[in-house]
Amino acid sequence: MSVQTPALRLVGIVKTFPGVRALDGVSFEVLPGEVHALLGENGAGKSTLMKVLAGMHQPDEGAIFIEGRKVTMRTPLEAKAQGVVLIHQELSLAEEMSVAENIYLGELPRKRFGLVDRPTLLAKAGAILERLNCRFGPEATVGDLSIANKQMVEIARALTVDAKTVVFDEPTASLTDAEKVVLFDIIRDLKARGVGVVYISHRMEEIFTISDRISVLRDGSHRGTLITADTDEDAVTQLMIGRSLDLSRNHEAPDLGPVALEVRGLSCDALFSDISFKVHSGEVVGFYGLVGAGRTEIAETLFGLRTPSAGAIHLDGREVKISSPVSAIENGISLVPENRKEQGLVLGMNCRDNITLPQVGDLTAGPFVSDGAEIAIFDHYRDKLEIKTPNWRQLVGNLSGGNQQKIVIGKWLSMRPKVLIVDEPTRGIDVGSKSEIHKLIRDLARQGYAVIVISSEMPEVLHVSDRIIAMYQGRIMREFTAEEVTEDTLVQAISGIVANGDRAA
Amino acid sequence: MADERLNAISRLLARQGILVAFVIFMIGFALLNDRFLAVDNVLGVVRSSAILGVMALGVTFVVISGNLDLSVGSMMSFSTIVVLDLHDKIGPGLAIPVMFAMTLALGGLIGLLVGYFRLNSLIVTLGMLSAIHGLTLTYSGGKNMDIADKAGTWFSFFGQGSVLGVPVPIILLLGLACLLSVLLAKTPFGRKVYAVGGNGVAATFSGIRRPRVVLMTYLISSFCVAVAGLLQASRSMGSQNTVGQGLELEVLAAIILGGASLLGGSGTVFKTLVGVLILGFIQNGLLLVGLEFYVQYVVTWLIIILAVWLDIAAKRGRLLSPIA
Ligand SMILES: Nc1ncnc2c1ncn2[C@@H]1O[C@H](COP(=O)(O)OP(=O)(O)OP(=O)(O)O)[C@@H](O)[C@H]1O
Ligand SMILES: [Mg+2]
Repeated sequence: MSVQTPALRLVGIVKTFPGVRALDGVSFEVLPGEVHALLGENGAGKSTLMKVLAGMHQPDEGAIFIEGRKVTMRTPLEAKAQGVVLIHQELSLAEEMSVAENIYLGELPRKRFGLVDRPTLLAKAGAILERLNCRFGPEATVGDLSIANKQMVEIARALTVDAKTVVFDEPTASLTDAEKVVLFDIIRDLKARGVGVVYISHRMEEIFTISDRISVLRDGSHRGTLITADTDEDAVTQLMIGRSLDLSRNHEAPDLGPVALEVRGLSCDALFSDISFKVHSGEVVGFYGLVGAGRTEIAETLFGLRTPSAGAIHLDGREVKISSPVSAIENGISLVPENRKEQGLVLGMNCRDNITLPQVGDLTAGPFVSDGAEIAIFDHYRDKLEIKTPNWRQLVGNLSGGNQQKIVIGKWLSMRPKVLIVDEPTRGIDVGSKSEIHKLIRDLARQGYAVIVISSEMPEVLHVSDRIIAMYQGRIMREFTAEEVTEDTLVQAISGIVANGDRAA
Repeated sequence: MADERLNAISRLLARQGILVAFVIFMIGFALLNDRFLAVDNVLGVVRSSAILGVMALGVTFVVISGNLDLSVGSMMSFSTIVVLDLHDKIGPGLAIPVMFAMTLALGGLIGLLVGYFRLNSLIVTLGMLSAIHGLTLTYSGGKNMDIADKAGTWFSFFGQGSVLGVPVPIILLLGLACLLSVLLAKTPFGRKVYAVGGNGVAATFSGIRRPRVVLMTYLISSFCVAVAGLLQASRSMGSQNTVGQGLELEVLAAIILGGASLLGGSGTVFKTLVGVLILGFIQNGLLLVGLEFYVQYVVTWLIIILAVWLDIAAKRGRLLSPIA
């Protein structure tokens, strides 16, 4: 490396929380014009390090240098003034406000008497949205946007500042491929202008596409920095989790039982129509499609959260009416929802209580909740999913993003359902745990569960599924078996390109 | 978190600040007036806090589930008037269960509107506050109620009696507190109340019947109101139509002082009890040092503002982080 002064340098940062040493003397630097990827398992301390950098946490020890000057940053505002901007892992927007107001919150353009200068605000926000190729206007209300679009608003917010360092904490967790391309263009543009970029992600292919160097954190300490061009995924994985991963596709023939779930001609107004498919027990069926293809809506209908306008659902050959999540659960259906923060977790509740929430009514000794039974369930899934938390009393809101996701998965596995539906199960989960969860899904199928996996990640769908259903705009375009599917045919099917044997109207 | 330390401090203040202020306050009053900490005064405070306390216990469930109940004051007037009126008509043995049934019906109605029809609890219970007041006036024809033969009835037992030297209101308050505390902390229902208030959407996704849980919290709240009405009626053996007026705010103040969040998802029965006692001692202290009765209203209001502000400040410490 050259002898450039780093845009930003962290030296010996220590940060502890009650019961957790999140950072244990970490040093890290970003050069101007460099994309520096930060990798590590869930709970390794990545987000915490970046929050220290952005003035949201104060380090217990250590120093921060910006362009060689030692600085202290007590608030995010001070960090921003120093040219450091953080795009959060967990979205944090004012839902009731417009996109433009969110982008410029805190520094709204003013007219006389302190009134907001709306035309300027809308024009400036509009320009940024255009640069990001967003398909919504600055006047849209944030609460109405999809998760992916909210993520774009977060990114837009960072671009308003004349930043010297920009940190992206898992920005692509909910972006589509097309949006990712736009994001990468933005990052390259920042880089060309000499901005230092920190990029956090659990997706190796992204890291290798965009980064110049890779630093690996493990258990709160820095394990090494590699030059991207001189290394490969396996080496990085080794450094990160201490072993290699089996990333092969699933080719083992499923041991199919009887049909567990059959859906016939299911429709729900404008969201999806004429959906028919079967899932055998012992089988994993993947649903693949673009965001908005109606996959989540089908899952929500099967779980009783939406009322279908036509069609029938059969479980074990019997027609059932599923009018609410309660009846879904009674019928042995579990849903790991798409959005952990809003749908999956009570953040202010502890880990154990979150996991046992759907069955707390059954875990009783007399009229009381049985502590022992609850802790047994928690312990089982903490070990099985390697959930990182000091103890079960920790509030879920204090866990790292990936560990929160594991809590949601544990919660629904613990219900031992007949039909398990998982919607984007590995969002934000590190590569090691991801392969563990994939293995778990395969194991569950082997034990006779019927599993539906909804995912926007093609490798994931290819990896775990026995059959893949490709959806486009609320319709099933094509069904593939694991043997016949190829990436090309799958991409064609989900883009609505007509292939032979296709049943689109 | 605009600042980690600010956050820590404001959170500490929200949790412990009130207690710290309370201790300073107690010491101050004890120095100003040596009767303040005398046993009979302390017992007196607990006893006179019983009615407020019983009501606050019930509303705690409503607040934890993320809703408000502003109707409890006027509902308490209703219960008091009804039981006094029925006492002379059908006798205390029947009057009490009938009054309980009528009060629970009102709570059930609120629970239905808030839980099943998903109307805003602030608006529903504010409306009920005045609707029930109207109901009470209609029922009583605008007159005050009195028990005719005050000496010839056992009805005074609840408000004035004592068992083994302990006043019955205190026994009822503590007994109810134990019962409800176990219900909230140890049973599946209690867990569901926290889940619904902490994140209603996630609770629904977890197969919790949110409307039913909300209905139950309002039934519990109105049950407590009925007990409070019984205590009130039995203590004074006669009452005005407006006896519970304003208590809804004192109840909320006590709950917030205890450290529960008005946004739902946190709070305990024990904390509410502490809040009730803090409020009781402050009001008593003010009287003892010779301030006029009505100064209480202003001070109570100031305490509410202080408590709410600390609550919001702690919340804001977290919520403002990315925007600031
Ligand atoms: N506010 C907090 N209170 C208590 N513990 C915390 C807090 N914030 C983070 N931690 C703990 O610090 C550790 C590091 O968390 P961090 O969020 O930095 O992980 P991460 O590397 O970003 O993980 P992920 O890949 O899952 O996002 C975790 O064990 C987490 O539970
Ligand atoms: Mg993180």
